[in-house]
Amino acid sequence: MSELLQPQSPGIPLPVPTVFSQPYWDGCKVGELRYQRCGDCGAITMDPAPACSACFSANLHWEVSAGQGEVYSWTTVWRPQTPAFTVPYAAVIVALDEGFWLLSNLINYPVDAVCVGMRVKAAFVELSDEITLPYFEPAS
Amino acid sequence: MAKHPFHDVAIVGIANSEQARVLEGHDSTTITFQAVHRVLADTGLGPSDIDGVAAGQFSGPLTYYMRSGPSWRSHMAPSIPIILDAASAIAAGQCHTVLVAHGSAGVYTERASTAPWTRPANEFVVAYGMFTAAEFALIARRHMHMHGTTPEQLATVAATIRNNGHVHPDAVYHGRGPFTPDDILASRMVADPFHLLDCAMTSEGACALILTTRERAQDLPNTPVYILGGACDSFGPSYQHPPAWDLAGPSGRNNGYTGRWAAQKSFAMAELGHGDVDVCEFYDPFSFEIIRQFEAYGFCEEGEGGDFIMGGRIGPGGQFPVTTDGGTMSFSHGGAAVQQLQRVIRGVEQLRGACVTSQVPDAQVAMCSNGGAGALFTDVMLLGTQTP
Repeated sequence: MSELLQPQSPGIPLPVPTVFSQPYWDGCKVGELRYQRCGDCGAITMDPAPACSACFSANLHWEVSAGQGEVYSWTTVWRPQTPAFTVPYAAVIVALDEGFWLLSNLINYPVDAVCVGMRVKAAFVELSDEITLPYFEPAS
Repeated sequence: MAKHPFHDVAIVGIANSEQARVLEGHDSTTITFQAVHRVLADTGLGPSDIDGVAAGQFSGPLTYYMRSGPSWRSHMAPSIPIILDAASAIAAGQCHTVLVAHGSAGVYTERASTAPWTRPANEFVVAYGMFTAAEFALIARRHMHMHGTTPEQLATVAATIRNNGHVHPDAVYHGRGPFTPDDILASRMVADPFHLLDCAMTSEGACALILTTRERAQDLPNTPVYILGGACDSFGPSYQHPPAWDLAGPSGRNNGYTGRWAAQKSFAMAELGHGDVDVCEFYDPFSFEIIRQFEAYGFCEEGEGGDFIMGGRIGPGGQFPVTTDGGTMSFSHGGAAVQQLQRVIRGVEQLRGACVTSQVPDAQVAMCSNGGAGALFTDVMLLGTQTP
């Protein structure tokens, strides 16, 4: 079996939350993958935004995702963005079952076995006091 | 019939500065000024003839040091949008002669990292190790999954473009080839499915163009080149959100085919069809992007781009020769902007019949492009030798 993809170690550049994204990052710290739903049209907006991406209403509220989805697209990276990152890592777009995309990294899976359509679930990794990152790992 | 919006506008000057992996003794300003000196020499014009400047962060310095003020100034991104902005300003009578320029040197110094302009800082991508190759790989992978596009097809694009640069004496990677698709596939993996040689390189350099009125162009030495059509498609900021092929709003128009609607507008504006295009100076940040553009612009059906580019169709002497100077893979890739303007410069060279290598015989219409689906935008321009 080839090597397993691992989460990155502290020292990588970390997100700087904004006024409207802070609840998302607060959710990650308590193991919740939060997303916004529109109180007017019911559509989901993600990444966090100040207005609904379907009807542009500002009437958004937060819900909690089950964290389950499938890999929509992927790339295994062998040349690190900066030396702070350890290769290989797999960048993925995950299509969550609720109906939104999230960019993340895949972990706990063989580097040569990643494929479109594989079932994954959120896995939270604490990188600093302020930031816990949502990664994804195989669902079973 | 209404007059074409750019009926009275012509591109009359083009120039590249020196291009190299590293330009010792230069910074972005000095190399940009070198390109400006060269484009003035190309046209026989002087600073006092310029009454508009469109050069990104160099607009202010060029206006000041040329003493061209009070002059019109563009605030658009220095790529196809800034040329369209300049043409629009001339057409509207805001100014009569616009200098377009951009350059980059001494910016990429931390070579253990990818180039600074390729690394996003947005909170939803910053911790996941993203850079342009990974962003565009997520687009290519989705297409491969949907349509069975192969690494060999990607490699055929890369080999074709790199061979155009191999023979071009001014290309940074002149003499580095020739390349076969197998050579591309044998290079080390950067971001699957992209091998090193599927990717743009990094270099330093500058370029410049001059646009003026059709009337003034008659007194200048070069064959005028006209803007037959042009438009821009954007789906949002580059490198801040997941680069999903299927990103779309209520219109159903999807990011995977960004550039399609700009191409439709351009063809309609030009009253031309795909068969009228003699040369495709497409932007080539990654090999797959050429396949995507042939589909997006309607040269072939969705999903057929991989087959379309095979069999010599996009090579020298083919039906649609692409990126004939070697593009960002081999000619030069100076940074965030200069290499995008260079697609248009090469299109003008082709229409002047002035290419030292890979000249398409009797080229009358060139299609030029910028951007790509991994960056959520594509800009398109159709150039021609006949007044629109």
